[in-house]
Order: sequence, then C-alpha cells, then structure tokens
Amino acid sequence: MTCIVDQLFPRVGMAMADVLERIGWEVDFPEDQTCCGQPAFNTGYRDEARQVARHFLRVFRDAEYIVVPSGSCTSMLADRYEELFEREPEFLAEARRLKPRVWEFSKFLLEVAQVDDVGARLDRIVTFHDSCHGLRELGIKDGPRRLLSHVRGLELREMDIAEECCGFGGTFSVEFAEVSGGMARTKIDSILRTGADAVVAIDASCLMQIGGALSRAGSPVETMHLAEVLAHR
Amino acid sequence: MTARESVLRDIRAALGREAGQAPAPAPPSRIRIPESEVDARIESLFRSLEKLAGRTYLALSPEDARNFVAEVICGEPSVASNAPILREWGIAGLPSVATGFQDREALQAACAAAAFGITSADYALADTGTLVMIASPEEARLVSLLPPVHIAVIPRARILTGLDELLSILPHPADLTSSMVLITGPSRTADIEQILVRGVHGPGEIHVIVV
Amino acid sequence: MPAPYEQGIHETLGDQRLQAAVYASTGRLASHRRAVVSTDALPDFEDLRTQGNLIKKHAIENLDYYLEQFEANATAHSAKVIWARDAAAAVEFVAGLAKEKGARLIVKSKSMTTEEIELNERLTHHGLDPVETDLGEFIIQLAHQRPYHIVAPALHLTRFDVAEVFTKHLGVERETEIGKQTKIARGVLRERFLAAGIGISGANFLIADSGAIVVVENEGNARLTTTAPRVHVAIAGIEKVIPRAQDLAVFLKLLGRSATGQPLTVYTSFLAGPRRSGEIDGPDEVYIVLLDSGRTRLLADREKRQSLYCIRCGACLNHCPVYRKIGGHNYPWVYSGPIGAVITPQFRGVLNEPWLPFASSLCGACAEVCPVKIDLPKLLLDLRSEVNQAKTRAGKNRLERLGFKLWAWVMRHPAIYQLSGLVASAILPDGGRWISKLPGLLNQGPARAWLSQRDLPPVSKSFHQMWRERRKGAAQ
Repeated sequence: MTCIVDQLFPRVGMAMADVLERIGWEVDFPEDQTCCGQPAFNTGYRDEARQVARHFLRVFRDAEYIVVPSGSCTSMLADRYEELFEREPEFLAEARRLKPRVWEFSKFLLEVAQVDDVGARLDRIVTFHDSCHGLRELGIKDGPRRLLSHVRGLELREMDIAEECCGFGGTFSVEFAEVSGGMARTKIDSILRTGADAVVAIDASCLMQIGGALSRAGSPVETMHLAEVLAHR
Repeated sequence: MTARESVLRDIRAALGREAGQAPAPAPPSRIRIPESEVDARIESLFRSLEKLAGRTYLALSPEDARNFVAEVICGEPSVASNAPILREWGIAGLPSVATGFQDREALQAACAAAAFGITSADYALADTGTLVMIASPEEARLVSLLPPVHIAVIPRARILTGLDELLSILPHPADLTSSMVLITGPSRTADIEQILVRGVHGPGEIHVIVV
Repeated sequence: MPAPYEQGIHETLGDQRLQAAVYASTGRLASHRRAVVSTDALPDFEDLRTQGNLIKKHAIENLDYYLEQFEANATAHSAKVIWARDAAAAVEFVAGLAKEKGARLIVKSKSMTTEEIELNERLTHHGLDPVETDLGEFIIQLAHQRPYHIVAPALHLTRFDVAEVFTKHLGVERETEIGKQTKIARGVLRERFLAAGIGISGANFLIADSGAIVVVENEGNARLTTTAPRVHVAIAGIEKVIPRAQDLAVFLKLLGRSATGQPLTVYTSFLAGPRRSGEIDGPDEVYIVLLDSGRTRLLADREKRQSLYCIRCGACLNHCPVYRKIGGHNYPWVYSGPIGAVITPQFRGVLNEPWLPFASSLCGACAEVCPVKIDLPKLLLDLRSEVNQAKTRAGKNRLERLGFKLWAWVMRHPAIYQLSGLVASAILPDGGRWISKLPGLLNQGPARAWLSQRDLPPVSKSFHQMWRERRKGAAQ
C-alpha cells in the first residue's frame, strides 16, 4: 500500500484487495510497511531514501508477490533500488531479489493472474490518464484499457493528451506549485473536452493532482483509481 | 604546453586513455540499401519533391528537356553551370543564359543578377527528393544558391534510392571536393509564428528535370 | 521574497498570449516529428536511435583519437585547426583573424555554441560587426534578446513584434505581413553576405575520417555564409565529432526528423577545407575552432558524460511539459529545456542555479524522444542528489535535510508512522482548507503551496485502520 493510498485514498487499497480476492488470490497486508522511499530519492536525499528502502526490503522479504496500486512506486522498487544499493552487496542482493516479485496492479492482473475480465460493472463514461512512470518506465498503456474494456456498462473516451504529465512529480508540485498547477489545468481542460464524468488512472498521486484541480475548478468530474473501477459491481 | 596538448591531455585523463592508444572497435556503420527499379525511383523522387512544393518534369529526350527549360526561363537572365550535359544538350546555349564562368567575381555578379540558376546534379536521392551537388570546375556552388529559382537537369541513371546508397558509393566525399551539398526542396523558414515562407536566402522555387 | 527565477516564471505563466504561442508551436513541432518517426513512416527509427547512442558513446569514449584523426584529415585538405581551451581563446582567435584580414563585417549562421561563448557581444567589443543571418537569429539579434528555443529562436515573437523590431532597427516602413518581412530580411542580408570578409558557422557534426564539417539548415544562409566570404571559420564543441562520413546515414536521419519533422533539412553541407584547385567559388581559407570550454570536465564524469551525446535537435524541449509552460527565457543559460536543465549545472556548477534540476516532474517524455537516448531523467536525479550534497557541505539546507531525516525516521518506525496518520486525519478532514485561512505567518510551506493551485482530498481513516477493521469484522 503506497503511503499516499494508505493515508489519503484507502478505498483504493480496499478495492485492490477485493479484486484480488475475487479472482482467487490470498491477500496479505504486512502492517509494518510504510513507504518505498521515492519522495526522498526524487528530492535528492539518497541516504534518507536508503534508510526507508532498507525497512521496505525487510518487511517484504518473504512475500511471494508484491502488488502495488501505483506505477511510480513500482518503478522505484523495481528500477531504482539497485541503483540505491550499488555499494551495499547485501541490500543489492535483496533489491535484485525484489525486482521480479514486485508488480503494478494492472500488470499483475494481466501477466501473473492472467485475467482480463474481473467481472466488474460500472455504468459511466470515463477517460483514462496515462501516468508517466507507468507509461514510460513500465510500458503500461494498453493493459488498463484492456481491463476497462471488459467492465460492463463502461464507455471509455480518449482525451487528446492522455500521455501528458499531470504535473504532480512529488515535491515538484509544491516547489514549483504554479507550473504544476498550470500543467494540471491543461490536463483537466483536455479531460473536460471528452465529456466523461470520471477520469481513471493507475496512480493515486496523479488522481490527487487532477482531482484537486477539478475540484478547484468547480467541476463535478470525479477521479477513480483503476482498482476502484474494477472492484465495482 | 599548447592549447592542443592541454586539451588532449585532459581528455585522456578524463577517459583513462593513453596517447597513441588505439580506439575500442567502433560499432559497424549502418548502410541499408533497398532494391528498386529506375522508374520507381523517378516516381519516388518526384513525389517527395512535390510534397515540398518542388516542381518536376520528366523529359522524354534531351531536346524535350531543353525546350522545357527554355519555357521556364522565358528569356530572363540566367546562369548555367559548366556541367558538360548542359552544354551537350543545348541548355547552356539558350539565349539569355550565361555560362562558362571561371572567375569567381564574375560568377557571383552574374548569379546575383540572374533570375534563374541552371545546374545538373551529381546524384539525386529518391526517398527524400534530394539533389546532390558536388563542387567542381563543372559545378560552382553559387549557381544553385543565389538566383531565386533553381533548375536542375539530371539523367535518370544518377537517381539513387537514398542517403545510404550515396554514402556507400561515396564513403569519402572529402577526397573529391571541398563541398558536397544535399538540396531537398526550396529554401524555407517557419521562424516567425511558425508560418511557412519559401525563398528566404536560397532559391524559393526549384525545378527538377529528369531525362 | 520570490527569487528572480520564480518571478520570471510567474510572469510567463500569467502571459496568456505567450503561453498559447509556446504550447502551440512546440506542439506543432512535436506532431511533425511524430508523423515522420511513426512505424509506418520509418520502421527503423528505434534501431536508429540505438545506433545513434552507440556511435556517440564510442566517439565520446575515444574522443582524443577521433579529434586527432579529424585534425589530421582537415589539415590534409588545407583547413587550419585551432584548439580553444575556453570561450576567451575562441573569441581572441576570431578577433585576431579579423584584424589580420582587415575584415570588420562578419556574417554568421545559427550556432548555439557561438551563443554559449557570447561571440557576438565579445566581437562587438573588439570593434567588429557580426551579423546573424538565420531569420530568427537576425530578429533576436536586432531586438537584443536571447534565443527562446534551441531550434526556433524567435518562437515567442509575433509578426507585430517583428514589425516593430524591423522599423526600429532597420528604418523600414512598418510591415506586418510575414512573407514581406522575410523579403526585407533577405534583401538586407544578401548585401551583407556578399560584402563580408569572414563567414562564421557552427557545425552539427565533425567527421573524423574526412576532416569535414556538416552544417544543416533550411534557409540557405549557412551555405551563403560558408561560400561567399573569402574566409570561413567554423566553431564547434569537441563533442561534435563522429567517426565516419557513413555515420551520417544514422545521424542525418535522426536530426531533421527529431527537430522539425523533416526527413532531411533543405540544405545539408558537407564541407572539407577551402576550395580545391579548379573549383570556382568557395572560401580561400577555412579555420575550424575546436572548443573545450568545460567539456573535458564533463567528460570526466562517467555517469553524466552522456549529456555530451546531444545533437541539439530540440525534441526534448518540444515534449517537456515544463518547458511548454515556462518557455526558454526562464532558463538561466542559452540552453533551455531538459538538456539545458542538465548541462547548465554540469558546466556552471550545481550551486550556480540549484533550483534548475528540480524544475521537472520527471515525466520522462524527454528521454522517450531523445534521438541519441540520453537518460535525461536519471541525470536530473543524479544532479538533485549532487545539489543537496553540495548544499549540505555549504551548510545551506540544514532545515530541509532535517525534515527528510525526520521523515525517514518516521518511515522506519511503523507505529509512529501510523500515529502521524491519525493526527493528520484529525486535523485535515476537509482537505486542509482551514490552512489557507490561517494568517500569513502560519500559512506557509508545502500545504500553502499546494493549496494555492488546487484542493487537497479529505483525510480520514488510513488503509491500515480499514484493513484492521475488516479483519476484525471477518473474524466475528
């Protein structure tokens, strides 16, 4: 459970757990988990990121699969941990052992569970935002759309700039708040042009940014995490 | 220590290399030449050029080419390069065409005043609509550059599939010439408001005649 | 007190017209590129990118060898190779040469390297008259501005801006039609080309096995600059060298497409020394200035030397959501966009403009389009870490580092982490709106920054709590 989902969007976590259990997987939630360390890493505080990362590696040492409701956290865990622990052979080995076990939620469904229809139903018009890390580091583009195509009653309308960054970028959103806000507004203009009544993404941080901008603009358009859509019946 | 010595010394220190050390093996050069027939190449050349607002003409014979050029230049002052085929095909001899320049000042003055510059081309590249102009006693640089309209007359055998084929025939252009220019359509810019304008410094109009 | 860069960004974001112009122009360049690199148009594109990266890597990692080979071959074709340690040396050389030749008027084609070394200002101080001949550069030179974009220097100006610049500096009647403005420039500059004693160009590539330079353009001004004057000086960074003429089969395909969506630019000049005997026109003398100016220092950084692979196509700018909002003039140096954000601290020191590597959401769009596969996001992350280390050594970021140390401590202690979550949910149930209602002094920091632009979600139970409750419920 990413720290953002844990603290701000717990329903997303519950939805993910529901879907996984529905398709027959046993879900365990190690309660000692906190964060993957990305905020510190992205802000250039590598020692502090390492401290948190070591804790993560310990907590998840014995997990068979680690399913994550976020593209950016998954790419931190799968792609950056090796870089962080370059000079610590013991943790480097752990990071390498972690890599094949960590899965972003939609990729887990399609590639490990090998399921593209989870029996969901949602009568809404939605549009899909391609979260940057998921898109460019994990190759997540068609997967969520395939999953959404099996949701009964759902209509998916593509926005014209689905792949453009929403402007979150972690501490960027507060350090360069005005630029970040401008990027969010460009994004929501595109969303509003689709006429969709909700925007879906695989990353809660994007949804927080986009949702915050929609709300500030007085728009009724909602945000839904992919897990919430797939959990819906 | 000269600047040269100190720069090279710093480069070697940065890379951990010794003076005189051979380089690591280079990645192989990447030349891929597709198969194609002459007619397909002509067609591709013309299509690419037309997309760039270049004008094209397929002449049935040297006479046909000459007549076409005569029509285009319509008696206006023109400069022709010293390319042998322009002379052989009577193009350089058309009225209002000056040619045979050996002196650069005279050439520059004539080109600056001319309405048309007529050249041949050493090669053409079909996939991009490109003319390959190699500077030589036969082809001066300014003829295809100063006048506002450029007319190029080329025999079809000189049309290559593309850049890869050119570089495979001419892996060392510097051995031949001080200047090889690839010309792909008329001069253009979009520097102001991204609006396309043709004929900024080089010719704004280009005619390619294939014989 | 906002820092100057913050003020500049704020103003740009507030300029609706400029915002629209920058977004539209970069969008257009990006879509032209997309059209010519799609798998239909160019199925080999990804392979070409890989090759571009490998060849550049090889050239950079054997740079001394290829520069020496270049010099030997260029000299064999009667060009003179000058090694310039830094900007001053390069300028000294040109000024000295101009004096020797009795040349005052100098024509110039577009070159970011010459912008980097502030060539025009410095030559003007020497009493020389350097004239930019690329239309966009000509306009901004007259307007005393810096280029706005690596490939499109006047991206930010309207035809009305141009009309004003021309009337004021050329003394012509006010003209707002773009075709006519271009004709005015053509007429003025034609005179200069034919009268100038020296032509100065950059070089997109230095070809080691030929001793030749390659200059690409669309207007014809670079051809005129390198043909009409008797003396041609090319100034290029040492990183521009590639091993073989045949490597142009890779790089020419990458450059035009990535920059402007053109399979080839209108003119590609392959120039090897002064005119040969028998050739009628062309320069009588050619000088090639190889510029170091900090590049050897970048070279020493194994992880980050890949920024030297850059072929200056500008694609990263066109795809960067941050550049597309803040524009080129808010970057502190001549190089803007993602590549600018990386090489500025590399050349000028990380503490020179410490905010620059942080002005990115790390979206990765730049790396996705870079024709030579420079890993720009990774370089930004490396630089962020370096900035913080340098700041810590200089005692400048005590509070921030303390903040992250505290954060890390909380994150290593699950019980504390969960407790802090409980506290947050107690004080932020309405998405923190009450924070923005606090008086100024208390209304600071990240919460305020966030709330200045958008709302926060309400904070209530954490997943930890919900999970526990559900388990309890299931057990019953």
